[in-house]
Amino acid sequence: MSHDPLYEMVIGLEVHAQMRTRSKIFCGCSTTFGAEANTQICPVCAAFPGVLPVLNTELVQMAIKTGLAIHGKIREKSEFSRKNYFYPDLPAGYQISQFELPIIEQGELTIERDDGSHKRIGITRIHMEVDAGKSLHEGIQGASWIDLNRTGTPLLEIVSEPDLSTPQEAGAYLKKLRAILRYLQVCDGNMEEGSLRCDANVSVRRHGHTKLGTRTELKNLNSIRNVMRAIEYEANRQIDVLESGGSIVQETRLWDANVNTSRPMRNKEEAHDYRYFPEPDLPPLVITQQRIDAVAQHLPELPDAKGQRFIRELGLSEYDAGVLTATREMAMFFEASVQQGAHPKTAANWISVELLGRLNRENLEIEQSKVSPNHLGRLITLIQNNEISGKIAKQVFDIMFETGANPETIVQEHGLKQVSDTGAIESIIAQVLADNPQQVQQYREGKTKVIGFLVGQVMKATQGKANPTAVNAILQDKLTG
Amino acid sequence: MTLVQAASLLRTRQISAQELTTAFLERIQRLNPILNAFITVDHDGAMQAAKEADVRLNNGTATPMTGIPIGVKDLFCTENLTTTCGSKMLAQFRPPYESTVTRKLKEAGAVILGKTNMDEFAMGSSNETSFFGPVKNPWDISRIPGGSSGGSAAALAAQLALATIGSDTGGSIRQPAALTGITGLKPTYGRVSRSGMIAFASSLDQAGPMAWSAADAAMVLHTIAGYDPLDSTSIQADVPDYVNALATRMDGIRIGIPTEYRPDNLNAEIQKALTEAEQTFRDLGASLVPISLPHTRYAIPTYYIIAPAEASSNLARYDGIRFGYRCDDPKDLKDMYTRSRNEGFGAEVKRRIMLGTYVLSSGYYDAYYRKAQKVRRLIAHDFHQAFQHVDLILTPTTPTTAFPLGDKIDDPIAMYLSDLFTISVNLAGLPAMSIPCGADQLGLPIGMQMIAPILKEDKLLSAAHAFQTATPWHQRKPEP
Repeated sequence: MSHDPLYEMVIGLEVHAQMRTRSKIFCGCSTTFGAEANTQICPVCAAFPGVLPVLNTELVQMAIKTGLAIHGKIREKSEFSRKNYFYPDLPAGYQISQFELPIIEQGELTIERDDGSHKRIGITRIHMEVDAGKSLHEGIQGASWIDLNRTGTPLLEIVSEPDLSTPQEAGAYLKKLRAILRYLQVCDGNMEEGSLRCDANVSVRRHGHTKLGTRTELKNLNSIRNVMRAIEYEANRQIDVLESGGSIVQETRLWDANVNTSRPMRNKEEAHDYRYFPEPDLPPLVITQQRIDAVAQHLPELPDAKGQRFIRELGLSEYDAGVLTATREMAMFFEASVQQGAHPKTAANWISVELLGRLNRENLEIEQSKVSPNHLGRLITLIQNNEISGKIAKQVFDIMFETGANPETIVQEHGLKQVSDTGAIESIIAQVLADNPQQVQQYREGKTKVIGFLVGQVMKATQGKANPTAVNAILQDKLTG
Repeated sequence: MTLVQAASLLRTRQISAQELTTAFLERIQRLNPILNAFITVDHDGAMQAAKEADVRLNNGTATPMTGIPIGVKDLFCTENLTTTCGSKMLAQFRPPYESTVTRKLKEAGAVILGKTNMDEFAMGSSNETSFFGPVKNPWDISRIPGGSSGGSAAALAAQLALATIGSDTGGSIRQPAALTGITGLKPTYGRVSRSGMIAFASSLDQAGPMAWSAADAAMVLHTIAGYDPLDSTSIQADVPDYVNALATRMDGIRIGIPTEYRPDNLNAEIQKALTEAEQTFRDLGASLVPISLPHTRYAIPTYYIIAPAEASSNLARYDGIRFGYRCDDPKDLKDMYTRSRNEGFGAEVKRRIMLGTYVLSSGYYDAYYRKAQKVRRLIAHDFHQAFQHVDLILTPTTPTTAFPLGDKIDDPIAMYLSDLFTISVNLAGLPAMSIPCGADQLGLPIGMQMIAPILKEDKLLSAAHAFQTATPWHQRKPEP
């Protein structure tokens, strides 16, 4: 898939992130996902007459955290507004959101592009709002079911500037944003379950033009892959329309992942007039600098800062640092391995090559790994202490990956401990030299590369358990002596 | 008998709460069919509460409100007791929760006799928009009692309760209080919790007491006022002892007389009553100071943008889905919305929903709603300026005395103008009272309004008490 090189894409993303507060945004109901329909509701959720919203302060903390993490400006005074529209899963007939004065403005995050270069993506605003319930149109013909459990779940809506120029950049932005939200532990970032949702605004224009084209909004993008695909499709569709002399209609389009196309959901004529106005049931939200400072003190180390530290203090390459900070879990895994005494570079290699390789093949996340960071760290320590060779370590690792057993036990039980006893090695070497006079001759004639073959023979005779450094040293000694 | 007197009789066990409640229930049974002041009479609930009150009165856990029979406007949600808001939409609505106001009253041991009639969703100035029919003014049953707390006012004037609770969005406590000759207090916005009070216009609504005297009102206010974590707009300030603050002199008190509230065409009898009241205040030691509230004339248009805007949104929840009226055999979702709301709401409510929807709609928001909010701040600023020089402000409560039923119901603008003197106070969030200060040729009550700075209910009640100590107007009662 690629688009016409005469055109460039202009992409902005609107992300809705469900916040992991214990209770809902305006009442004490639980936010647990998956409960039986309409069991986590109260008169506030169901918008009964006379009930009033009370703002969850835990949500405000999370919003401040998120704002600090994206280097945003946290408004001293923000306000809630009502977005009015009728829909059965919106009990009050309005959504409480933030409109004119959102809590966070002017943030940014940095993405890494495919060519390794970096790009700053602006974040226009982050505001708090309430999630709606769910309408279910299955079951009885001509009836709909309403489940209000989700009603009142707190959301942050994170709106980017139209700074993204390719589907890949959009994907990188989403991954980065999701990583930040997970590092902060404010959102679990699960797009399939809908705890992280993304709408994309897409337009195209000819290269060199500064005026923005008419945009369309894409909805129903329930994975990063679908976000990228839908943007690619939409840009190509718009280019086709323009190239055939047509013009783009500003509309909302629904992505259908089954057939990889989008179709119009509603157009301008049907567009809602939301009649926003300040929510009179909630006073303006005032956030003092003191409160911001208190949150900042407890802000965890975020991916970029962590990556920089890995490069600076642990000597990792930029690439490794990027891989190991991509998720909070990965970074924690790496750091815990290093804590066991593993050399950082070695640990980085083992995690990004061996562990991730296996996990990817089995379609597992790092949280599901049977190999614990502690065990991996100890495995690497065994190599560093010359107790096993790198080659044997891979065998041990395979067993660890399958069984979750600790490396020392595996080495013991399988008799994989490296032989470093020079006496034992010397006698095997003597035998190997006696068995291979031709190669010994070649070595002595200057073809020193042949030592590799001889080392191989020794390792074979010891089933890989001989310490290769010791073998090399003794062999050279014997051959030149 | 006043509330204070009844409380004394209860406390000294000269009368039991059950006897008192029975007497009021009997009187309601006799007079309510004529006046229509109550929508729901909770006979069993009241007797049960009275029984419990007697226990408290005997075991020493009583409060001054224990055993006092009261009426509550039918927009305060009462658990398992029908709460209609004067609307067909909620004619069958039994809330599963209690409003903070009624909870506090019940906790204090008050006996809720029933739920009083009101204009539908508190939208009206004559109590004629109620789905349950108009309320009659006990002074002349061919006349309106005022609105929207018309049932609470009429019930009290006819002595069907010792105190009632009303709500005031643009004058809904003060205007009917004036037209029925009783004392009504609208507290500072946020002084009394709105939790469980069915919303009309959230930034203006405020609950308050209607009573026979300032002293009675002080007792009720003390019971219902205070910060409530369930209402984020309620004020976090201590509740003073309003009863203790009552005084009989007003030495050193400066009373502002705003020129804008004395139009040339003001009813001559009301003008005369106000002039006499001014003299009474001077006699009590107060001084009168002419002041100006220059933005007064913008109050009605400002109010009729902000209040309907909020109402149009507040009333969106009545969609026939989860509670309230639902039309028969809806064809589809849109049909259910349209017919449920069309059949469930009355004309005045629909008029205000349309008005509010219009002023908030895209393209009109800046011209109407945003501008109205700016004017609202100017109106509040007028008061703020005035209170740099005076302690209280004195105005008429209404431009006329009680008018005949049907007189203005087909002329919304004329109806809206009956709140001319009360509306600015809501826009500014100030506390204000209406107390009786005279009668017209027909014997109909005349009320005057006193306005105080934010949270100065004690000053307001104290001035009203001093006035009532010096004058008999609050003791006049209609013929039975």
